[in-house]
Amino acid sequence: MALVEAVGVRKSFGHTEVLKGIDLEVERGEVVCLLGPSGAGKSTFLRCVNHLETIDAGRIWVDGVPVGFRSANGKLYELREREAAHQRRDVGMVFQRFNLFPHRTALENVMEGPVQVLGRDRAEVRAEALALLERVGLAEKASSYPAQLSGGQQQRVAIARALAMKPKLMLFDEPTSALDPELVGEVLDVMTSLAREGMTMIVVTHEIGFARSVADRVVFLVDGAVVETGSPADVLDNPRQPRTRQFLAKVL
Amino acid sequence: MASDLRTAEEAPSSELVVVPLRHPWRWVSGAVILLVIAGLGWAMSGAAIQWEDVPGFFTHPVMLEGLLNTIVLAVAAQGGAILLGVVIALMRLSANPVARWFAVGYIWLFRGLPVLLQILIWFNLALVFQNISIPMLFSVPTNVVMTAFVAALLGLGLNESAYMAEIVRAGLSSVDSGQTEAAKSIGMTPFTTLRRVVLPQAMRVIIPPTGNNFINMIKGTSMASVIAFLELIHAANNISSRNLEIMETLFAAAAWYLVMVSLASIGQHYLERAYGPR
Repeated sequence: MALVEAVGVRKSFGHTEVLKGIDLEVERGEVVCLLGPSGAGKSTFLRCVNHLETIDAGRIWVDGVPVGFRSANGKLYELREREAAHQRRDVGMVFQRFNLFPHRTALENVMEGPVQVLGRDRAEVRAEALALLERVGLAEKASSYPAQLSGGQQQRVAIARALAMKPKLMLFDEPTSALDPELVGEVLDVMTSLAREGMTMIVVTHEIGFARSVADRVVFLVDGAVVETGSPADVLDNPRQPRTRQFLAKVL
Repeated sequence: MASDLRTAEEAPSSELVVVPLRHPWRWVSGAVILLVIAGLGWAMSGAAIQWEDVPGFFTHPVMLEGLLNTIVLAVAAQGGAILLGVVIALMRLSANPVARWFAVGYIWLFRGLPVLLQILIWFNLALVFQNISIPMLFSVPTNVVMTAFVAALLGLGLNESAYMAEIVRAGLSSVDSGQTEAAKSIGMTPFTTLRRVVLPQAMRVIIPPTGNNFINMIKGTSMASVIAFLELIHAANNISSRNLEIMETLFAAAAWYLVMVSLASIGQHYLERAYGPR
């Protein structure tokens, strides 16, 4: 079974249907980029995978577990928030606006999950967190507060914070959209090395270059539906759908 | 060309005298203020006040008892109000419509009535309810439980809790929703998210008005004097009823209020610094 399986996912905000039946499979170790015009529902879908949004219809499984539900006696029971929190431990998420905890240092941000959520030993977690900061190139910024870091540095700390929970899956919600152009590269470099190490990733992005060089598969969404999917070479260089061609003509 | 430029640059400083702007009205208004203060001081020195008796009243045993009671009442009422205020604020933000509705009604009622009226109602509760009881658990006579201290505590504390609920709600709402989402995304439960992520950031918004309210609470305890609770004003009245030095005892009480408020302000300053922006 694929690590992520989404079948017929529908979601409405009020009277607006933003997801109109999304089907998607992501295999272990695969990197999938979600592309498409803004308002296509890419971020909403990503948030549904992590149960930050509930879905109205369809089902999402992560590692064989139905997201937001517990199955027992042939029924699916909706989870309470405490139980949903338990499910989210295995899925890391990186946000457009970083969302680091501003009252804690970079190191404390990274340690927060393992210590507070997993209840692990502080000293052990500290060593791991320092190694993670080293990995994203920020070992010397361990004791800095988020306000003292650039956007690119904050986003790399946010990636380290997500990795500290040792997730099976990483979700990236437009991780470089809030960055100054010269800071985009350092974040994409970290994501690229993460992909090379075999992390399963779903990435919502407008960085076509990143999708082309790193993604195993590209999924093109328009108006809450999958329009085209395939290898980056197929979708980006030989788009079959007119809607895909239109979009690529604008961003490339 | 080059020499022209040089003279143009040098001219103002080398040939013209710079006259700084003068502020004659600052001198005039400053002098007026000093004059007013001197006049007030002169009036006070001529007043029929036995200044030498004030220090004695300041440290009079009855005054010190009143001081202690004032501090206990203010701290207990404020402490209870903070705890209750957090609960009411969480109800106000709850998904449960009954809880939200209750919180709105609670704030409307306890913020809407004068504290003095609330204190009097609690103190006179025995007139309408002879016993306070939960059927089959306990029952006590109201006039035994509802001492002046308890009535003042309830009157001041419940009123303050309605204000605290609004302050805490504003603080919680001020924290960006992205913070809650980030906490969720690393698997935090709602309670841990509140404790580790939302509340510490909300404190920055909560502390300044809470400090302000606590200063009001210190002074508000004086209303308990109307139900004969021995706080500072009642203590001052007790002393002056024997020696008729009314102003002297009131001044001594006033000095204690200023001492308490000053200490509270210093405490607030350090709290704000502890939770301040990084």
